[in-house]
Amino acid sequence: MEIKQTALAGTLESSDIQIMLSKGTDGITIDLESDVEKQFGDQIRKVITDTLAEFDIDNGKVKAVDKGALDCVIKARTIAVAQRALQTQDQPAWEAF
Amino acid sequence: MKNNVNRELPDDVMAALDYKPYETTNIGNPDIQRVAPSVHVQTGDDKLVDSIEDVVKATVKDGMTISFHHHFRNGDFVFNKVMRVIIDAGIKNLTLAPSSLTGVMNDMVIEAIKAGTVTNITSSGMRGSLGDFVSHGNLKNPVIFRSHGDRARAIEHGDIKIDVAFLGVPNADKLGNANGMDGKAVFGSLGYALMDAQYANKVVLLTDNLMPYPNTPASIKQTQVDYVVQVDQVGDPDKIGSGATRFTKDPKELKIASTVNDVIVNSPYFKDGFSFQTGSGGAALAVTRYLRQAMIDNKIKASFALGGITKPTTDLLKEGLIDRVMDVQDFDKGAADSMHTNPKQQEIDASWYADPDNKGAMVDQLDVVILSALEIDTKFNVNVMTGSDGVIRGAVGGHQDAATAKLTIISAPLVRGRIATVVPDVTTVVTPGDSIDVLVTEYGIAINPKRKDLQESLGHLAGVPVYTIDELQKMAAAKVGTPKPLEFTDRTVALVEYRDGSVIDAIHEVKD
Repeated sequence: MEIKQTALAGTLESSDIQIMLSKGTDGITIDLESDVEKQFGDQIRKVITDTLAEFDIDNGKVKAVDKGALDCVIKARTIAVAQRALQTQDQPAWEAF
Repeated sequence: MKNNVNRELPDDVMAALDYKPYETTNIGNPDIQRVAPSVHVQTGDDKLVDSIEDVVKATVKDGMTISFHHHFRNGDFVFNKVMRVIIDAGIKNLTLAPSSLTGVMNDMVIEAIKAGTVTNITSSGMRGSLGDFVSHGNLKNPVIFRSHGDRARAIEHGDIKIDVAFLGVPNADKLGNANGMDGKAVFGSLGYALMDAQYANKVVLLTDNLMPYPNTPASIKQTQVDYVVQVDQVGDPDKIGSGATRFTKDPKELKIASTVNDVIVNSPYFKDGFSFQTGSGGAALAVTRYLRQAMIDNKIKASFALGGITKPTTDLLKEGLIDRVMDVQDFDKGAADSMHTNPKQQEIDASWYADPDNKGAMVDQLDVVILSALEIDTKFNVNVMTGSDGVIRGAVGGHQDAATAKLTIISAPLVRGRIATVVPDVTTVVTPGDSIDVLVTEYGIAINPKRKDLQESLGHLAGVPVYTIDELQKMAAAKVGTPKPLEFTDRTVALVEYRDGSVIDAIHEVKD
């Protein structure tokens, strides 16, 4: 699916993650900032990439600022930012859950 | 070699520094020999010195051990003033042996290491940029971390031989009679500094408040002091302690605090004349409040409260619920003021407080203590020294010492953000699991299986679910996932001593 606009989801509160998704041409690139990068960086990237794949997004630039979010939060924020970027938020992708 | 908490210790470093691996919490009854400082005899008429430069010139030489206290905490001006002069004088290869290092000292210590002024450090702990600097291998020799009681022991043994102690005080007379209670930058008890005053070869007091002679009450005495230097300001009173201690509103902390209270009240130790120690964190302060109500309801009074003192504790003293406060340091102004006005609040030095090689320390008489943890593992070992990224960011403090209490409670949330507090193995063992009796989290408690008696008395409390520590660890892992193991190099950047002077763990350089 084609990204239509740059979108943002999430906050910078503790235990949340803020994700910005914009158009890209070079697959999924993730710029991650996290205090738990050493321990959970790979896992955070995997959750974001897997969730974007469920929306058939193959190209896109992700900028994520993580404040110690759990996987369920990362997934929810990624779904939100994907739907906003695709302008499909009026039809929530329930099946993605 | 491996020690008794299953930690691999670096053989080369252990041999070079002549260290033994940690074996047991049991100190036994050895006969030991204490050391004494050298004394340069004088009548005391010429102690006043005009400048730090002059006193440094007269006392500090390459290769010496110098010390400071950390009672001013982040309001300290003395450390940076003195170290500036020492670095500028071009002095090299010093061992820095303060009671602890606070954040306000970090930049100066890093500068001193880079300049070759400081090549060895022993401290209770370090945080922030300095912890990061050391964890990245920027100090050649390993830092030696010691508890407050262990520092007292090491000084008395001569393991730490202080050549010059620079001690900031809010008041002193021209011969060096001083206390921590009067003046602008007051901090109450001089507990940790009293060791330096008693055992250093040269004692230099720095004060911004020269009092008429003789100045009393004298915690540090003229018989111990070589020089008195007047400076413009020893500290920032607003940064010495937390201001007004406020009661936490965090529901998680309150839940933990009320459970800690349940554990204490239902333990066999909660009876008239019991004794306790709490820390200064939000949950610990809340415990004091719950405990107050429980003491009133059950008509129970405590014989003493110990350790780092806060206003909620001195309020209980005033109310008559505690008979004595044994005070090695004060965390806030209320507690410091109380030491001044209430004769039942006794200043104690670090040896009296917690030194294991003693004819009886206060911690040996302690019934209940509430301590915190960055991590606790399934063997109940506790880490208060390194963060979840493996970087030094804490202090032993009195953790190992107070943990020898009859009932040692660790209060900690199950997870902090995405970081589990209850883990399979702690990053650094500071306090051995043998000392820990109960872990209290917001989800429930775990009782050390070695304490069958506590399983009995605490195993079936209403509203206090009991888990094994393995169950709590799995619960934490189910929430946050399994972290990638941390990567370290072979290089040892610090050793953590147990309170008897053996080595309980080594800290390695982090790999980035």
